[in-house]
Amino acid sequence: MTDATAPAAAPAPRPGHTAGSLLTLDKRTRARNAAEARFRLYGAIAVGIALVALVWLLISIMSGGLSAFRQTMITMPVYLPAEELDEAGNRNPAEMSRVTTLGYARVLDQALIALMAEQGIAIEGLSEDDASDIISQEAAAQLRNRVLANPDLVGTTVESEVLTNGRIDGYFKGRVTMASAELDSNVTPEQLRLADALRANGVLEKRINWAFLTMPDASDQRPEAAGLGVAILGSLYMMLVVLVLSVPIGVAASIYLEEFAPKNRFTDLIEVNIANLAAVPSIVFGILGLAIFINFAGLPQSAPVVGGLVLTLMTIPTIIIATRAALKAVPPSIRDAALGVGASKMQSVFHHVLPLAMPGILTGTIIGLAQALGETAPLLLIGMVAFVRNYPSAPPEGIFDPASALPVQVYNWTQRGDPAFVERASGAIIVLLVFLILMNAVAIILRRRFERRW
Amino acid sequence: MKSVKLTASALAIAAVAATAASARDQVQSAGSSTVLPYATIVAEAFGENFDFPTPVVESGGSGAGRKKLCEGVGENTIDIANSSSRISQSDIDLCAQNGVTEIMEVRFGYDGIVFASDIDGPSFAFTPADWFQALAAQVVVDGQVVANPNSNWSDVNAELPDQEILAFIPGTKHGTREVFDTKVLVAGCEESGAYEAFVAANNGDEDAAEEACMTVRTDGVSVDIDGDYTETLARIDANPNAIGVFGLSFYQNNTDKLKVATMNGVEPSVESVASGEYPVSRPLYFYVKKAHIGVIPGLQEYIDFFVSDDMAGPEGPLAAYGLVPDPELAATQEMVANGTPMGPLN
Repeated sequence: MTDATAPAAAPAPRPGHTAGSLLTLDKRTRARNAAEARFRLYGAIAVGIALVALVWLLISIMSGGLSAFRQTMITMPVYLPAEELDEAGNRNPAEMSRVTTLGYARVLDQALIALMAEQGIAIEGLSEDDASDIISQEAAAQLRNRVLANPDLVGTTVESEVLTNGRIDGYFKGRVTMASAELDSNVTPEQLRLADALRANGVLEKRINWAFLTMPDASDQRPEAAGLGVAILGSLYMMLVVLVLSVPIGVAASIYLEEFAPKNRFTDLIEVNIANLAAVPSIVFGILGLAIFINFAGLPQSAPVVGGLVLTLMTIPTIIIATRAALKAVPPSIRDAALGVGASKMQSVFHHVLPLAMPGILTGTIIGLAQALGETAPLLLIGMVAFVRNYPSAPPEGIFDPASALPVQVYNWTQRGDPAFVERASGAIIVLLVFLILMNAVAIILRRRFERRW
Repeated sequence: MKSVKLTASALAIAAVAATAASARDQVQSAGSSTVLPYATIVAEAFGENFDFPTPVVESGGSGAGRKKLCEGVGENTIDIANSSSRISQSDIDLCAQNGVTEIMEVRFGYDGIVFASDIDGPSFAFTPADWFQALAAQVVVDGQVVANPNSNWSDVNAELPDQEILAFIPGTKHGTREVFDTKVLVAGCEESGAYEAFVAANNGDEDAAEEACMTVRTDGVSVDIDGDYTETLARIDANPNAIGVFGLSFYQNNTDKLKVATMNGVEPSVESVASGEYPVSRPLYFYVKKAHIGVIPGLQEYIDFFVSDDMAGPEGPLAAYGLVPDPELAATQEMVANGTPMGPLN
């Protein structure tokens, strides 16, 4: 900036200033050029550091989490004995539901033992109990649901895809090794050898794991079955609530402030308040939400509606600021022309200014939503950080049912004791990142396609 | 603007609250992160085998859970508070103030607290006195109360490895810290005879002496971990010289990374804690709001199922995960079935 302050009109040559050729650089020019080169270098270093950090983050998340999208499964025939699963013999689901998952676990155990016998797999030092432990407890629950939904399966042999437990899965993902299994109280090297033998026979293999995106959370004993279904639905419902509430409120407020409100001290105060509100830590909104929405208004705990309302409070300032910027960017000539041909103030705003500001408003809204999607802190206080296994029903009733949310699920899983949940948490981060990238991409496309520049 | 927004959100609330009249049909609980894994295992099995929806289990800490329980009676308050420490009189008073007069106290098992270090490091055999000598801010040397001079475990007890003292202990907001303070530090203080010296130094004030026993040194040798056990484990990964405090179930899930230390010569396990040989353990509770039984569908069935032999018994999945079964489980089952509310704290 120092050179810009030099007087524009060339004065008489200063003492000591010798006129030289423009092609040979004098000392000052060289210094200026060097300063510019240095500045460019700093810039490049700053960008480089940011890129390295980003790449590092992505690599660590991807290497830890991509494996969550594949899961080790055993495909085996399971005979469903009628005498165990349907004692009365009348295939009545109400009576059959008395057989608990423990009963179905035994059926699966027998099926695995039978499979081992049929394929001639014998592992030295492996008891039948230990052998059947490689099957996930979730498999029994899935089989039970399948049989209760279709009681006629009892007495037949069904081909089943059975989840293996988290340690066996970890073995094929490199998390568990023979050496660590020696020390691990939850898995033995013999069980790993059995898994190897099953894999060699083509019975056990890693499959694409859609269940990770559709199934609900699972308890600490079944990391292999934990999924994001409820969390994704919960996040979706919250975003719906945020969209429906914050866009009308935010846009109406900014149109009023920008186009209609008188400019006085009071509106200045409001402006300062909005800017401050945008900078309030999100946990504060959580405290507010607990006090107002749950304790005062009596809304249910853990429900997406409360999460959505809290996130709405958080998103409104972002939307107002973006919308006002978009409205300001519409040149006054548009308004003047509209008013000049006799449009009312409101017509000029709604027919001319608002459509031109729309891309900016949408961009701001989507960025506000993306911010809300990744927010965890306010949800801590309103009971969303919870273990929820039932899917919320369809909206609008569903927004009052308990649900989890994506960032909360990440937080939850990082706290679990079983190391398999680390992989799940990284997988959940990948899903969250994909959603955020999609939303930001939509925002960029909208801006590129519809934004007009003057 | 603020008032505009408040009215707008008030309108929104009124609109949604009007449609929120539908009754809650699932049990909701909140509280201790130590109890959380057990509660989720029971909730999952309950949802699978009963015709009720799976209960919602929230974490957030024992104190927070009990406070939520005491917020009042009604469908927008929780039914059960999970707790790794006993309810306090102030909680009971708060409950009574908000109309929650009858609470059932259910003790469903015990949790062992273990000391573990990196799997590749040396093994340790501790006594509570070793921990007191290693971590207390003040210790007694030759009858004099002095600032703790010990820097290596071998300074504390010649039989321990010659390794720098570095301990990751739970932060003060954890229920585990309370147990560590009373069952390890104070016990060690009394064992080593420092307690009498502290009483003498404080002119006979026993409370002050106990306080002195529990005060840990602040020179970086003892590090409070406010996060959960996964953080302690990550810290041990980074500092293989350190010793961390864990829950028994967490250790059992990570036996390939951690080496457990014995206490008074006893190795921690579900059996040794149950028999009382292993000294550092604590009871785990959940507290049920009696007014909600019969109102929230499945609540009575859920708590019956929680304490049933199939779940909390020695052969059940909770014991397999690391819960130490309660020897008096049969009495608890009867109490839960009869719906006996808890009496005053003794």
